[in-house]
Amino acid sequence: MHKSLKIAGCSTLVVSLLAALPVWAQDAAATVTEVVEAAAPVAVPTDMVFIMNSFIMLLGGILVFWMAAGFAMLEAGLVRSKNVTMQLVKNIGLFASACFVYYLVGYSIMYPGDGWLIDGVFGKFGPAVLEVVGLTADAASDYSYASTSSDFFFQVMFCATTASIVSGTIAERMKLSSFLVFTVLLAAFIYPVQASWKWGGGFLDQQGFIDFAGSTVVHSVGGWAALMGALILGPRLGKYKDGKVVAMPGSNLPLAFLGTFILWMGWFGFNGASQLALSSVGDAADVGRVMANTNAGAVGGALTALILTGLLYKKVDLTMVLNGALAGLVSVTAEPLTPGLGGASLIGAVGGVIVVFAIPLLDKLKIDDVVGAIPVHLFAGIWGTIAVVFTNPDASLFIQLKAIVVVGAFVIVTSGVLWFVIKSVMGLRVSAEDEYKGLDKSELGMESYPEFGGR
Amino acid sequence: MGAALCCTCTMGVLQLWAPQRAACIRKGCDVKLIIAAIKPFKLEEVREALTAIGVRGMMVTEIKGFGTQSGHTEIYRGAEYAVNFVPKVKLELVVSDSMADQVVETIRSTATTGKIGDGKIFVLDVDAAVRVRTGETDDNAL
Repeated sequence: MHKSLKIAGCSTLVVSLLAALPVWAQDAAATVTEVVEAAAPVAVPTDMVFIMNSFIMLLGGILVFWMAAGFAMLEAGLVRSKNVTMQLVKNIGLFASACFVYYLVGYSIMYPGDGWLIDGVFGKFGPAVLEVVGLTADAASDYSYASTSSDFFFQVMFCATTASIVSGTIAERMKLSSFLVFTVLLAAFIYPVQASWKWGGGFLDQQGFIDFAGSTVVHSVGGWAALMGALILGPRLGKYKDGKVVAMPGSNLPLAFLGTFILWMGWFGFNGASQLALSSVGDAADVGRVMANTNAGAVGGALTALILTGLLYKKVDLTMVLNGALAGLVSVTAEPLTPGLGGASLIGAVGGVIVVFAIPLLDKLKIDDVVGAIPVHLFAGIWGTIAVVFTNPDASLFIQLKAIVVVGAFVIVTSGVLWFVIKSVMGLRVSAEDEYKGLDKSELGMESYPEFGGR
Repeated sequence: MGAALCCTCTMGVLQLWAPQRAACIRKGCDVKLIIAAIKPFKLEEVREALTAIGVRGMMVTEIKGFGTQSGHTEIYRGAEYAVNFVPKVKLELVVSDSMADQVVETIRSTATTGKIGDGKIFVLDVDAAVRVRTGETDDNAL
């Protein structure tokens, strides 16, 4: 109650100040009086705070859920038609596995509250527990904030998003079973442990690390895991031949396009709802600002990729423009609140540049990233985390870099070990013959387009 | 059992063909197979021109190939790749000898753009033609 009164009071003050800005106007005094009368402060009831905060996380959760469809469509469009069904199976498989293990152990590891096993480093074990049915105000665990159920619903989608990033990179050559084992352990431990360091109130948070919606916590984590996977798994057969890169064009660019725009839409929830509150004038304006900046970042990334590929290759490369938009989104994710629209566009634009140059660079290094997840999520994620210091005065470059290195090292080591263990125990790749035949036929016996083509 | 049936069937057709083939050799074949590879966007125009001169059927296949118009390079995600085979449409028409020249000329004049890659036309003798529904042969089968 006290908090909401304060917020209402603050908003009145802000409105008065804004109205008072044109002091040179002759009727300034009259305007101030009118505005103050019109915006008579009314306290937001605590019930309403609880309801609206929960609502924004539920809305955000629904939007972030939909990003799973975006990833699936993007990846289905960028793999060859003989591997499309497998890509879809991996996407629903990873989503379901990630959500299940996040419930079993992930949520408690990430949000231990006061129950850290190792303070600020490792949370607690145990499944996620929601409130009772028909919760009343006095029984709510955090009545002045929001429901646990809405928080869990929102957070579980972030865990699934992190897991989604890996599948695109290692597409067209990895066994389904090995991939799912990796996903389970990524979602159960690797993601929640490092996420607790920031969002669970762990040591990186205490040191002042700023990552609004997860350029590092989500995107670069998925990116590092994907990079380690690509290195340990090796490229698709025939991808690098006689020192040359062999292009393997995607099967369906309309799907890749649709997937990108679904992700773009989902990102409004990913970043917008990461405000984690919608119970004051300030929150409402901030959520709007975050969504507008998120869009601006994507726009910046798409435009630079469009112009750059047009200049470099004489013909615009749609798949890189789509990657550019996503890199723009990842870039503004660490700080979508403090930049202006121009700043957010610029931050996104750098993401677009990164993508256009990083994709051929990875190919030079013979790191086969089928959909461009490493440039988009890892490289742009690192850039976005650094870019926080340009617009947020609370950010320290040293702490931002430290978090990038600490999280990077943690994921490189844990995911690297995990990939190696899975490789030695069950193997990562399908046989060469199965790979040439396509995973749809060899691993699933079910094709995406059985009525077309002789392949 | 199935194999035996099939065998009989094949023999029946062969017996049906035999006298016709002999006739064909005597007086020269009176049915021609015309194979044409043309630019895909010309297909509809060629079909119209051919039906206008009385052609009553053709077979169409989407193909890829190369000829004088060799391939070109494209770029996908920064990697150059060669497109060695160019998409074409293959027409196969079986027509009576008397029509063959006219059909060839119609395809040629309709499918031409004057640029490299317009395609090729081949004319072959046909040993026999049979209409599946009635068993009619050669000219009558067309």
